[in-house]
Amino acid sequence: MIQVPDQHGRFGSFGGRFVPETLMNALIGLEEAYRTFSADPAFQEEIDYLLKQYSGRETPLYYAERLSKHLGEAKVYLKREDLNHTGAHKINNAIGQGILAKKMGKTKVIAETGAGQHGVATATVAALLGMECKVFMGEEDTRRQALNVFRMKLLGAEVIPVTSGSRTLKDAGNEALRYWVSNVDDTFYILGSAVGPHPYPMMVRNFQRIIGDETRRQILEAEGRLPDLLVAAVGGGSNAIGMFYPFMEDESVGMIGVEAAGKGVDTPFHAATMSKGTHGVFQGSMSYLLQDEYGQVTEAHSISAGLDYPGVGPEHSYLKDIERAKYVPITDAEALDALKLLCVTEGIIPALESAHAIAQVVKIAPALSKDDIIVICLSGRGDKDVESIMAYTQGEGNQ
Amino acid sequence: MTTETTNRMDLMFRKLKSEGRAALIPFLTVGDPDLNTTLDIIRELEAAGADILELGVPYSDPLADGPVIQRASSRALRGKVHLRTCMETALKARQAGSSLPFILFTYYNPVMQMGLDTFFAELDKHEISGLIIPDLPVEESEDMRRRSSAAGINLIPLVAPTSSERIAKIVSGASGFVYCVSSLGVTGERSSFHTGIDAFLESVREATDLPIAVGFGISTGEQVARFARICDGVVVGSAIVRKVEDVIPLLEQPATRAEGLLQIREFVAQLRP
Repeated sequence: MIQVPDQHGRFGSFGGRFVPETLMNALIGLEEAYRTFSADPAFQEEIDYLLKQYSGRETPLYYAERLSKHLGEAKVYLKREDLNHTGAHKINNAIGQGILAKKMGKTKVIAETGAGQHGVATATVAALLGMECKVFMGEEDTRRQALNVFRMKLLGAEVIPVTSGSRTLKDAGNEALRYWVSNVDDTFYILGSAVGPHPYPMMVRNFQRIIGDETRRQILEAEGRLPDLLVAAVGGGSNAIGMFYPFMEDESVGMIGVEAAGKGVDTPFHAATMSKGTHGVFQGSMSYLLQDEYGQVTEAHSISAGLDYPGVGPEHSYLKDIERAKYVPITDAEALDALKLLCVTEGIIPALESAHAIAQVVKIAPALSKDDIIVICLSGRGDKDVESIMAYTQGEGNQ
Repeated sequence: MTTETTNRMDLMFRKLKSEGRAALIPFLTVGDPDLNTTLDIIRELEAAGADILELGVPYSDPLADGPVIQRASSRALRGKVHLRTCMETALKARQAGSSLPFILFTYYNPVMQMGLDTFFAELDKHEISGLIIPDLPVEESEDMRRRSSAAGINLIPLVAPTSSERIAKIVSGASGFVYCVSSLGVTGERSSFHTGIDAFLESVREATDLPIAVGFGISTGEQVARFARICDGVVVGSAIVRKVEDVIPLLEQPATRAEGLLQIREFVAQLRP
């Protein structure tokens, strides 16, 4: 396979840098700084130290025996990113970008957040590194994830509710970019997913590839061979690309990205960017996008705030088009059923985002044989979602 | 700018140069609050002394815009105004007697969805002289530049106070004028500009023979006059869009509509350098 992205930040025809001129030098500077520091062993050591001693890596690759047996003969493993400090894979990237910000001499960081996991991770790292932190969050999300808002405030961050557009993740991203345009001189934007203008999709992938690197080592230890299938949820797609990337050259390893079908891909209420989207430019890069015939971005819908996003990372669009990975939709209802199943078979409450990946495995595992090994990226824990789940199951609404 | 140009914008800058004055370039969000009103406002702006007009295409995710233009975009989108309707509005304004050069200000995605072939064919039919695409930096604009140049339409580049050594690359091969962004930030009225603004404008002036215009945040007659002394054009956007927003209640009532339009005209007239 060709190495992506190229020097223009392109993954095939996707990616690139579609941003106001004011940001161009900042992005070029960021790319240069990232390349310089990542070639410096001391930089990587500093990150590795925090991932280990602070976040508790490596995370286990757990054989979910009861879930496996419930589903049939295939062996299902869970990569336990939920056991990270702050409860999700987001901390991997926040630590990486936070250290980079510090090396670049920045004292202020900003972030966008949907479910609040990336906001909490950024607020955490900002506290750890003694930096000032502002988190942009859609007003709608501040309501459905009130606990995470409080958590960020406890960590010393300022949470800025975003009232434009649909008041969810995409609008938080717009507002973070607008703020960055105004404060580009002294502010580092810690972007939380593998989206946005170059170099973010590449950088976030590289900070998240530890998920796949560990998984590769762990599965070889446990099984003496590589898995047949990797399954991960895709909103912007950072946990999925982190899991997939180290296996890219291993042709025997299949990859499935699971996106949110909300109330169904044939209703207007979904976030199935790959299944229903078309090529477009959104938040700084070319990728698949949910939009109308006039190129206006349409609102996404998912029970999971972290997947409630009309775009997707450009590398995923590329993997879809070259058919290296497959992308499938899972509905709110299917995700909830899978969430409950994992609770009762394994005693693990997964995040609603991760429950989408589990649901896909619930669908396909029964047809697989005892020789098949599946790894699910369990990207986060579900404590943050308990209230939403309660509301949904009690039929008080689905937000 | 070649001597045989027929591009209205180029001809306008040539005329202004001979008169020794700078262009007043207002910005309007097309379809805010509705298309007929936009046509009426265009007439008022021309009467108030506008020299060139920027027609803003409403977009769902206007990254380079502040709250005032975001709100105007939302209002226009509720009326289902899109790229094509904006072009049609330009043509209607022309047919109604406007002689203003029109610049279409649009984010890239609506253009991409229309398809570049169709887009350029339509531009030509709809009396558009120039294009501003705020999220298409020079690195991504090669195809757009080539097509614009072939179509005789000016693709107007933006340079920012942070552009520094990029300025030369951005202005080389540009046409129409160079749009200098006054400050770090999105569109919207402001009382102060980037501290190095004069040095920045001077560096752009040195890098190009094209006219230079300044915009983002310019909202008062005083500010227009300040920049008209050192630039060839001054863009006023959010302040006008806000004025339109303020008089929407007047525009909506037949009895007070003329008063609303008059207030817009008077606001723009006092901006005139």
